[in-house]
Amino acid sequence: MAGTALLGRLSERLRWRACTLVEERNETSSARTLVFDVPDWPGHFGGQHVDVRLTAEDGYSAQRSYSIASAEAGGRLELTVQRVAEGEVSPYLIDQLAVGDQIELRGPVGGWFVWQPEQTEPVLLVAGGSGLVPLMAMIRARRAAGSRAPFRLIYSVRSPGDRIYLAELRRLDPGLDTTFLYTREAPDGWPRPAGRLDAEDLARAGWPPDFEPTVYVCGPTGFVEHAADLLVDLGHDAERIRTERFGPSGG
Amino acid sequence: MTVISRGFHRRRPVDEKLPPGQYETRDFPVLSAGPTPRIDLDTWSFDISNESGAKRSWSWAQMMALPYETPVVDLHCVTKWSKFGTRWQGVSLDVLLADVETSADYALVHSYGGYTTNLPLDDLLDGKAWIAYRYDGEDLPPQHGGPARLLVPHLYLWKSAKWVHGIELKLQDEPGFWETAGYNNYGDPWREQRYWGD
Ligand SMILES: Cc1cc2nc3c(=O)[nH]c(=O)nc-3n(C[C@H](O)[C@H](O)[C@H](O)COP(=O)(O)OP(=O)(O)OC[C@H]3O[C@@H](n4cnc5c(N)ncnc54)[C@H](O)[C@@H]3O)c2cc1C
Repeated sequence: MAGTALLGRLSERLRWRACTLVEERNETSSARTLVFDVPDWPGHFGGQHVDVRLTAEDGYSAQRSYSIASAEAGGRLELTVQRVAEGEVSPYLIDQLAVGDQIELRGPVGGWFVWQPEQTEPVLLVAGGSGLVPLMAMIRARRAAGSRAPFRLIYSVRSPGDRIYLAELRRLDPGLDTTFLYTREAPDGWPRPAGRLDAEDLARAGWPPDFEPTVYVCGPTGFVEHAADLLVDLGHDAERIRTERFGPSGG
Repeated sequence: MTVISRGFHRRRPVDEKLPPGQYETRDFPVLSAGPTPRIDLDTWSFDISNESGAKRSWSWAQMMALPYETPVVDLHCVTKWSKFGTRWQGVSLDVLLADVETSADYALVHSYGGYTTNLPLDDLLDGKAWIAYRYDGEDLPPQHGGPARLLVPHLYLWKSAKWVHGIELKLQDEPGFWETAGYNNYGDPWREQRYWGD
């Protein structure tokens, strides 16, 4: 299945599918996971995303990209949406879409920012905010495949309450080390003062460049630029750093 | 069949037609990176290759035989002019890409004369881009990119490569001619992405 999931005819990838919300749960006060039943889902890899389309009664429609959060599992697809205040689509998905409602989506999209179970090299995941979503899909795919590839996750959030998937990350995954970083407000007694990701964080909690890890960085555009620059400065080969930017329209 | 989302509506007012920093013009300025190439329709081709090198080609006659559309679009040039309601005829990239096997995310566009420009593949799909060969009811004049040019009106015009020759699909983004020379890698006029760092 692996090959076909990724290398699909574009016309199939392009097709909008009506899918149904079957379950939802809150991750934090501002992020919610939506579980969809998607007929004829062709399969996907951790790191890929879908495009979601909403259409208003007057015909106006809006499309946004959302990373797939779940590992491949029989036609069910999970997205985790972070609320953007004043946003057009994210508040709708979080507040208004109810179990039983339909939306349209197409995908999977993305062939580069993916992790495949055949990969055995060390992996460094660097997440800023909701940039954790596609990286979590990689962690889940690793677990589902029984892979022993060593993973390290560096997860930067504003404050403790912003951590999504916290319970799951706290469960021990052998071979996965997680480091939390806080940019605004750290928990009491936390050794590292609140502040943005720096070279020291990456050197301490990442892999040395000579281990030749594949590095996946995902988050808001500014976070990704900053992290990728630091990684190159630390000696990581640019070819092994893959990035996904959650800017408003791909820029 | 479209799914209507109850209670979903446009949040932002209908946009003014001018992106930030642009002014309207009624003529059609010509700006190119080099001389206008001379292209023979008998040897013209449009090629799409995927990341493993597999190639599909269309001759001029084959391109003319494909279903076409007649988009009416606004153009925005990075040199600050915008032109409203331009009328084109051309083949949607959805038609040309439909049967291409690929997992690529990026497209590098090649032109006769050596010009290149890059875009995310998504920006060529879903009714957003055409290979245009007629403008305002006439064959596309050479100075405007004839016999055929790419038309991607939602991005600055340097992405709408004139004298288009083919598209290379790529797993990794590769900046093209202007992008390597300091122009923005994406070029969204509504976000004024003119140069690197915008
Ligand atoms: C590959 C990819 C994967 C992604 N994955 C996820 C994910 O897993 N989870 C997630 O939560 N998000 C993800 N995103 C981001 C997501 O696509 C949306 O951008 C996000 O949900 C915000 O959409 P919105 O419609 O709510 O906000 P928008 O309405 O797009 O608004 C976003 C911000 O831009 C401003 N803005 C937008 N348009 C204009 C305008 N015309 N003029 C002035 N200001 C404007 C708004 O005021 C607001 O501050 C991903 C993005 C990409 C590219």
